[in-house]
Amino acid sequence: MYAQMVKSTGRGVKSPEEMTPEERAFQARIDADEKIEPRDWMPDGYRKNLIRQIGQHAHSEIVGQLPEGNWITRAPTLERKMILLAKVQDEAGHGLYLYAAAETLGVSRDAMTEDLLSGRMKYSSIFNYPTLTWADMGAVGWLVDGAAIMNQVPLQRTSYGPYARAMVRICKEESFHQRQGFDIMMKMAQGSPAQKRMAQDALNRFWYPSLMMFGPSDATSVHSAQSMAWRIKINSNDELRQKFVDQTVPQAEYLGLTVPDDGLAWNAEKGGYDFTEPDWEEFFAVLKGDGPCNAERLQARQKAWDDGAWVREGLLAHGRKRRAAGIAAQ
Amino acid sequence: MVGGPIAGVDPVAILAGRMGDTALVLGHRISEWCGLAPALEEDIALANTALDLIGQAKLWLDLAGAREGLGRDADGLAYLRDAWDFRNLLLVERPNGDFGDTILRQALFDGWHVQLLAGLRDSRDEQVAAIAAKASKEAAYHWQRSRETVIALGDGTEESHARMQAALVRAWPFVGEMFESDETDAALSSAGIAPAPATLSTSVMGAFEEMLAEATLRAPEVSRWQTGGRSGRMHTEHLGHMLSTMQWLQRAYPGCDW
Ligand SMILES: [Fe+2]
Ligand SMILES: [Fe+2]
Repeated sequence: MYAQMVKSTGRGVKSPEEMTPEERAFQARIDADEKIEPRDWMPDGYRKNLIRQIGQHAHSEIVGQLPEGNWITRAPTLERKMILLAKVQDEAGHGLYLYAAAETLGVSRDAMTEDLLSGRMKYSSIFNYPTLTWADMGAVGWLVDGAAIMNQVPLQRTSYGPYARAMVRICKEESFHQRQGFDIMMKMAQGSPAQKRMAQDALNRFWYPSLMMFGPSDATSVHSAQSMAWRIKINSNDELRQKFVDQTVPQAEYLGLTVPDDGLAWNAEKGGYDFTEPDWEEFFAVLKGDGPCNAERLQARQKAWDDGAWVREGLLAHGRKRRAAGIAAQ
Repeated sequence: MVGGPIAGVDPVAILAGRMGDTALVLGHRISEWCGLAPALEEDIALANTALDLIGQAKLWLDLAGAREGLGRDADGLAYLRDAWDFRNLLLVERPNGDFGDTILRQALFDGWHVQLLAGLRDSRDEQVAAIAAKASKEAAYHWQRSRETVIALGDGTEESHARMQAALVRAWPFVGEMFESDETDAALSSAGIAPAPATLSTSVMGAFEEMLAEATLRAPEVSRWQTGGRSGRMHTEHLGHMLSTMQWLQRAYPGCDW
């Protein structure tokens, strides 16, 4: 997902007997569905995990602006240009909400940005794939935002108050993102032969990377149990992936497009589709930095950060002068 | 064809074309910043400005198309004309440069835009007045923001001051075009459809002077203004490159529905 591989700090879930009284009381609050607020006591591991998860999510929103920003200047109509601009602007807003949520845990936006640029913090693997045609704007909205929604809707009930509230605001906007993507795909799939080819090609390229967004299979995911006990993760990776496939395959059929998976078959017994797992070797390589666009994405963020330094400093300096003048006038 | 005072062409088509082209070209330029601004707040604000301007461009160009009567809508005009048919201010087609160039260009445009729209709100042409009324709310907000940012960066650090001063020297020669008139402007103002451009000069230049004084910036002496975008006599070399990006899909796959 936007937070795909959050390494947990704990060594597995403690049993109630192993917990300190504070930890026991904390876990009881979570089990009773109470929200944890910034001033409340929390285990160190909970705080650290949350910072990593929210940080990864925030960075994904920010880096995620780039593949779509790549097409704003080439959008085919004024209306499409406006819709895409509004969508990418939303993503920047999501980043802002999430950084603000992370700041309540005692880590500044600037510090998290430095961690992103140095590679200490990650962002979703999906944004390391290129957007090559206009149909990719359709595929990203439909599949990537679609997968994001699948993960984010349950996170509205996550145990940390500021994170849950950020998720509520974000989810309100995400359904528009998916709809505009699906709408682009529909126009392309019903369009000229070239447009249809573009749409199919976009689905071919984005299908497996979208499945990877949910993170590796539960069997290999060592960090999930503690996160689930703390309710900073609500569903398992495989559960969400299955749900995504079951929702998306009929949509692809409706569009008249073919999901690029020969192994795809309805399984009546489980009431869902059987499907081929993505190439996990590719996933880990992309996460490590060896995806098609990792270098460009980080370079773009680094350049924006470096080129913007004088502006940020200038604005701060002016603010300081204003305050000093205000105090002197009193 | 939009632009150029042509006998028999409704001057409102020309006015709307000039307004639309200027909003479109600037909106497009600002949209190039997406994801790359100095801070998240600036990214959001720039996207917001671009959105407003492209929305205004759509309204103006639809009006231009309707009055011209050749069956072209805003998309037809935006995507299927070449550079020589664009009638925007030269100021707005200049490349983004650094953030200082961008925000200074924005403030110079906004300061002029709010005054012009205030005049157009009283237009005897109802459609012109309606678009101007909608646009002027957005423009007032843009002006407030760009003006404050120019002041803050002019006043900020030594580096931000130097960069803003350099940006001002580059952009200032393009200001004069805002107040230049031709036969179409004369026809529009005598019909009560639009203010004569020269009449805006005192208030707009006054607003610029105030802003620059607060920002501790000095406008350079200009011996000859760079003009010709609105009249279609001249463009910079940059516009063609911008259009070849913007129009590429429509040109490469003609006649498609998107
Ligand atoms: Fe988002
Ligand atoms: Fe989104």
